[in-house]
Amino acid sequence: MASGHGDSVFANVVRAPEDPILGVTVAYNKDPSPKKLNLGVGAYRTEEGKPLVLNVVRRAEQMLVNDTSRVKEYLPIVGLAEFNKLSAKLIFGVDSPAIQENRVTTVQCLSGTGSLRVGAEFLARHYHEHTIYIPQPTWGNHPKVFTIAGLSVKTYRYYSPETRGLDFQGLLDDLNAAPSGAIVLLHACAHNPTGVDPTPEQWEQIRQLMRSKGLLPFFDSAYQGFASGSLDEDAQSVRMFVSDGGECLVAQSYAKNMGMYGERVGALSIVCKSADVAVRVESQLKLVIRPMYSNPPIHGASIVATILKDSHMYDEWTVELKAMADRIISMRQKLFDALQARGTPGDWSHIIKQIGMFTFTGLNAQQVAFMTKEYHIYMTSDGRISMAGLSSQTVPLLADAIHAAVSTVV
Amino acid sequence: MALRRIILGQVGRVGERSVSSWWRNVQPAAKDPILGVTEAFLADPSPDKVNVGVGAYRDDNGKPVVLECVREAERRIAGNLNMEYLPMGGSAKMVEETLRLAYGENSDLIKDKRIAAIQSLSGTGACRIFAEFQRRFCPDSQIYIPVPTWANHHNVWRDAHVPQRTFHYYHPESRGLDFASMMDDIKSAPNGSFFLLHACAHNPTGVDPSEEQWREISYQFKVKGHFPFFDMAYQGFASGDPERDAKSIRIFLEDGHLIGCAQSFAKNMGLYGQRVGCLSVVCGDEKEAVAVKSQLQQLARPMYSNPPTHGALIVSTVLGDPNLKKLWLKEVKGMADRIIGARIALRQNLEKLGSSLSWKHITNQIGMFCYSGLTPEQVDRLTNEFHIYMTRNGRISMAGVTTGNVGYLANAIHEVSKSA
Repeated sequence: MASGHGDSVFANVVRAPEDPILGVTVAYNKDPSPKKLNLGVGAYRTEEGKPLVLNVVRRAEQMLVNDTSRVKEYLPIVGLAEFNKLSAKLIFGVDSPAIQENRVTTVQCLSGTGSLRVGAEFLARHYHEHTIYIPQPTWGNHPKVFTIAGLSVKTYRYYSPETRGLDFQGLLDDLNAAPSGAIVLLHACAHNPTGVDPTPEQWEQIRQLMRSKGLLPFFDSAYQGFASGSLDEDAQSVRMFVSDGGECLVAQSYAKNMGMYGERVGALSIVCKSADVAVRVESQLKLVIRPMYSNPPIHGASIVATILKDSHMYDEWTVELKAMADRIISMRQKLFDALQARGTPGDWSHIIKQIGMFTFTGLNAQQVAFMTKEYHIYMTSDGRISMAGLSSQTVPLLADAIHAAVSTVV
Repeated sequence: MALRRIILGQVGRVGERSVSSWWRNVQPAAKDPILGVTEAFLADPSPDKVNVGVGAYRDDNGKPVVLECVREAERRIAGNLNMEYLPMGGSAKMVEETLRLAYGENSDLIKDKRIAAIQSLSGTGACRIFAEFQRRFCPDSQIYIPVPTWANHHNVWRDAHVPQRTFHYYHPESRGLDFASMMDDIKSAPNGSFFLLHACAHNPTGVDPSEEQWREISYQFKVKGHFPFFDMAYQGFASGDPERDAKSIRIFLEDGHLIGCAQSFAKNMGLYGQRVGCLSVVCGDEKEAVAVKSQLQQLARPMYSNPPTHGALIVSTVLGDPNLKKLWLKEVKGMADRIIGARIALRQNLEKLGSSLSWKHITNQIGMFCYSGLTPEQVDRLTNEFHIYMTRNGRISMAGVTTGNVGYLANAIHEVSKSA
């Protein structure tokens, strides 16, 4: 056999391409230009362009650090029990009959990604249908999560480039054509990347269609409270499905609405027909989690639980959350106004109609590349911009760039 | 019309119709054998109960410990930093410090940037990402796992869809290493097989190869071109000296092996619930390391996107500050010494009780666990009659043994084993 540096068994491994979303920040960081703008990854920024840790989160964290009776023992496989109960109440409502009837199993997971992965692995093992329908377009990581878990991924029409709104008829037609029992991924609110959400009336129609065909809803709730500023309002789509007594899965993330991005805090809930089924389902979820990472990280979930269970801190949180949502809504208005003022060709009303952290500008890849090269503005090549990355100071730069892009690049 | 409305759920709740749950055929899963022990312990009201089940360190009062160096690190971190996403590969600073622990402060491999490494969700997460990487890039390979091993190892490679085989390791009669059979298995495995090795403080047996034996194993691995994957969950915790505990790895590296390694800070820094660890793969050159790292990240992305920041900050704060690192080394040695003392005490107590069996293995074995040799039936008696909780394979977590309970424990073990 070879001596010294033997041939690696991994010598033929090719370098993977940069993740399209996270790669934007990598490129941004490399750019030496003093005037640059990162509108890539969806992380909230203040008016000063700085990351924000919520005051209530800081307080909760300090309380935990100062409490010398706290230890760092392993959490149970399903995570912090208190956190799980509070998360379920948050998304399903404090009076949810599903919770009162013990029909919900909630397990702490690593933010939205981890919740989706655990749910998908569970479905691949225990559900009779292994096809999941995801909206076109959707968050870039969705198909990867479902595919690696063993599900086969199909799409349903969602975004209409012509209207920059919802292709509702296309959505209904595609879900109607899906085989009975297929899984359907739904963005609970603030669709990523388009910011286009169904209206309540449209949600009701979607619900009826899905229940009539026995399609299984899998909600991704990454922006509760962040979209409209109201936690209850942003949970309406989920609650509508739960209140009809049917089953569903919900992946929750606290990355954005609590600003706890890097702590990886989230939860997967499975609403079942009966308490007995919920218990058995939970036991199987443990078998998915244990060989993945054994048990979830304690820090972030402890902070969230501290806040959710204290009514003062909870109220403080809702105020800070609404402030973030309001700032984003005002950025939308400012950008729209700036484009109007410049007489930028095209209809830009979608900027104020869309909701949540992102705007699907409608810019194409060439226009995006132009904006990066000439104006040092970084965004994903699908034309998605993170409104959270904008401030009153930087709106003019962006408006100039968009104006130049649509005027000179086709 | 009315029928259509009913079918479409416009009347009444879906739940009120006869459609039953999608999950009605889901079977209740078996309880995890290790974590289930602590659940049972917590539920027991007896004041005499002893938990020598799960491998989490306890002080001499039976209490969990947060290291002083960790408390200080947390004081520095809280309120000072933001909670932004880490990169997919985790905290670069933490990974760098962690590699130095495993590979040596002056490691050429680190200098030459030949190690592909990412922050992982403790040891479990490191093993899982490696298993998935192995599956994706060596799809025809299988993993050889020692008998016995930590039960979750089997689950990890199974869920990553990597076929498993076993190799001899523990010798029940001597309660030591079955070196001859282990070497036979290494020789008869097809060339280029993947092997899972415990770097130190084998879990659950506490039986480690000697330095000489490690050299022989490494040599045979070279002859066969096997891939060594080290699970190192107890560096520093076994002997009290991290450098000494990494000896097996260093021997393999000296011999030029391109190893894989899972490191955990759960035990040696007491960061159990923070889930901090590191997965590393030694590559032929820097270019390959860049490629391999990028692929490891591709496996992390659809699992959890990026790893949690808090635990990584604690580790990099402690290891990055010479004073805190010194304090940590002192505290790790303190934990290891207490466990070594508990082993001596347990053995002495059993010998004083006049047990006719040999209990030498209690002090021969190393690390957190002692493979007592007790049968499942004897373990059940310990639990039912004496409220002593351990896994049914007879594994005793020495960290759960204190000066306060060692006498009670020895007595109970003597009771259930004296007729054997």
